[in-house]
Amino acid sequence: MTRRDLVVIGAGPAGMAAAAKAAGLGLSVTVLDEQPRPGGQIYRDVDRAAPVRGDILGKDYSHGASLTAGLRHAAIDHVSGAIVWAIEDGFRISYSRNGRGAQIGAARVLIATGALERPMPLPGWTLPGVMTAGAGQILLKQSGMVARDAVLVGSGPLLYLIAAQMVRAGTPPVAMVETQTRADLIGAMRHLGGALRGWRYLLKGAGLLTEIIRARVPRYTGATGITVEGEDRAQAVTFTKGGRKQRIKCQTVFLHHGVVPNTQAARSLGVTHGWDEGQSCFVPTVDDWGQCDIPGIFIAGDGAGIGGAQAAELAGPLAVLKLAEELGRLSATDRDRQATPLRTALNRELAARPFLDAAYPPCPEASSPADSTVVCRCEEVTAGDIRGYAKLGCLGPNQAKAFGRAGMGPCQGRYCGLSVTALLAEANGQTPDETGYYRIRPPLKPVTLGELAAMEQIDLNAVE
Amino acid sequence: MKPASPFLELEDAFRVRVTFDGVALDLPEGANLAAALLAAGVDRFRRTPVSGAPRGPFCMMGACFDCLVEIDGVVRQACMIEVAEGMEITRPHDMEADGDQA
Repeated sequence: MTRRDLVVIGAGPAGMAAAAKAAGLGLSVTVLDEQPRPGGQIYRDVDRAAPVRGDILGKDYSHGASLTAGLRHAAIDHVSGAIVWAIEDGFRISYSRNGRGAQIGAARVLIATGALERPMPLPGWTLPGVMTAGAGQILLKQSGMVARDAVLVGSGPLLYLIAAQMVRAGTPPVAMVETQTRADLIGAMRHLGGALRGWRYLLKGAGLLTEIIRARVPRYTGATGITVEGEDRAQAVTFTKGGRKQRIKCQTVFLHHGVVPNTQAARSLGVTHGWDEGQSCFVPTVDDWGQCDIPGIFIAGDGAGIGGAQAAELAGPLAVLKLAEELGRLSATDRDRQATPLRTALNRELAARPFLDAAYPPCPEASSPADSTVVCRCEEVTAGDIRGYAKLGCLGPNQAKAFGRAGMGPCQGRYCGLSVTALLAEANGQTPDETGYYRIRPPLKPVTLGELAAMEQIDLNAVE
Repeated sequence: MKPASPFLELEDAFRVRVTFDGVALDLPEGANLAAALLAAGVDRFRRTPVSGAPRGPFCMMGACFDCLVEIDGVVRQACMIEVAEGMEITRPHDMEADGDQA
């Protein structure tokens, strides 16, 4: 089994910037990434897409090419198409690639697995034709595809970004059904100081809104009672705005009300997580180097709390400074000296976050869905089912699995975990921290027996 | 004949022949399979093992497992596969397919 100074999981902005920094400090680095080409979701397929449709995607997207360039370093082994399914003590990382299992050893591990869309259980959200806004972006970035008649539903800056990109591509969305209210914006004003320090984000947001308004895309803010209608696929979105019921025909619905850290890998290691009230999600507990309570494991980027791509690009190298110092490749003085400018820039990147989080809060009716709405997509468990388990004495998500298999399907709770925690917390009058989250165990992704049988270099004694 | 697709492709690409449930489709070589099938007008990829409800791609990033299809006999996430000539793709016909893989 190969052993490296650092194994980075994920080739998004945090992972790519970390790998380049580590290689620059003389560390041997392997980057394991699920995708065929580097970039993560934010810079998905940037090397192929930026030259052809960089004008639609914008210069913030094309910036990703500078990070993929940094991966082309002799000391970096970038393993694409690698699905990591276990991280064990020592550290030994198991993954599948091209139908074969493989393992690699690491002195330090950086988890840079980014974010997932916040689950948005609304009636009809499981119908074909309903996708996450992130998926809509991925289709545009990787495949050059735009939806002919999409309705964008939810709230948050990403919704405006994809709408503006669709406008630029010549196929504006049919409508934007937005869930944030005026009261949310007024409430967010208490964070105005931070927002002004992060003025570039506000300016960018204002620019996107201008593009959307110029294209005369109808916007319905403060929408409630949102339902996706359709028998075998999405056919329309219905909702109420200002007391009036609306129905908009469409074939594609893009849902979004924020992104949340993808905590699967960290949780499988037993890293402590806590509820972040401002971001309305669980985040791993890390110090200001990204080090968690398991020595040797670092977490950087959105996986450690949502900060966006620019923040991730700074957090990755910060973690590397600390782990390089631990491995004796950097003095503590040099570590701190190099960290200072990174921290200053990071604080600037994060300044606008509290304002954005408050102005675009999660959609209330997706946070406490109607009884008939499916929350666990895999096992088709409804919100009413979860509330029923609570009445029978179910206190936490792990017990909910025994009641009705919520979280036990192939997605392993990625798209229902936060909903199940919220429903149980609400029903039992507990906080999300008291209610807790699913216990995540390896394999983190399904592994076939064939992949295990074809495992390269099985050496059970390799890790002392 | 190509079925109508809710998606517009901004550029053209070199296409290769694959089959989906026995129907021949010409998809862009090396493209993301889930995206290519959507562009070809396929929107129902599978039915759920629990209620038989239709599903199609949802997250496009390998997390939700809604785009499962069977490729040359193995159940895979279509959004994590690139189109290759001669692929034989079917809707997962075995209702236990998910369980087998997990």
